[in-house]
Amino acid sequence: MIAIPLDWLTGLAGGLMIGLAAALLLLGNGRVMGASGIVGSLVERPGASQTLRGSLPFVAALIGAPALVVAIGGAPATHVTGDTGILLLAGLLVGVGTRLANGCTSGHGVVGMARLSPRSILATLTFLGAGFAVMFLGRHTLGVF
Amino acid sequence: MRSWISAASGALFGLGLLVSGMTDTAKVQGFLDLAGNWDPTLAFVLGGAILPMALAWRLAARRRRSVTGEPFPPMPSQGIDGRLLGGSVLFGAGWALAGFCPGPSVAALGWSGASGLTFVLAMLAGMLGLDWARRRLPALA
Repeated sequence: MIAIPLDWLTGLAGGLMIGLAAALLLLGNGRVMGASGIVGSLVERPGASQTLRGSLPFVAALIGAPALVVAIGGAPATHVTGDTGILLLAGLLVGVGTRLANGCTSGHGVVGMARLSPRSILATLTFLGAGFAVMFLGRHTLGVF
Repeated sequence: MRSWISAASGALFGLGLLVSGMTDTAKVQGFLDLAGNWDPTLAFVLGGAILPMALAWRLAARRRRSVTGEPFPPMPSQGIDGRLLGGSVLFGAGWALAGFCPGPSVAALGWSGASGLTFVLAMLAGMLGLDWARRRLPALA
């Protein structure tokens, strides 16, 4: 029997869930569902209780809900590298970059793009372009990862 | 009410990331690797997420306030500047290196082990480090 890859279908279904989550946060609380902004607000210096009240339950559920499913159904592979140097460099780049650009894949890529915000469209094209370029250089030219 | 809505949104976001396969760094890197065995899944995830969100923005435009009485966020007033573009380049580079962006890396903390935690801690250090540098060097802010 020929196995038909159904990844696009689970991708679409998961995507719809992500979009509904973002819609709920906007229509319910008037907030933009940007992962970098919400996670960042938990650790930044002026930890305004107003922000914390919304961010803490969001992040707790973001970690807890899939962890619960995984605890029952088994953990899927994350294929995350074991190379500490790459992890530290990648994490720093993602932290600094999303802070400078005021958003990541969720804030700019989903919420901002859906609003047709020029800033978000340009940010998304830029981080996708940089991602394609670094992937090509790192994997096919330099062969580092 | 606000906290419950936040929690419901976070849970749905996390489950969506799990279902879509975006907590698997190999699938994300497979999408970014145009010259390899290209995996289009991420495009379906992004498209599927933008659809309900576009409807939500249209609904928001017809209302004055959110359900809990908060005003809707205005369109960002900053223009397109070097920070937006430079930051996005740095973010895209880090995203390709590890295959993790902020949402999936945090959502996977329950099972991504020491490697996943290392990435998230480095990401938080990057955010705090930038804030620190901006306080020390006002030219950066």
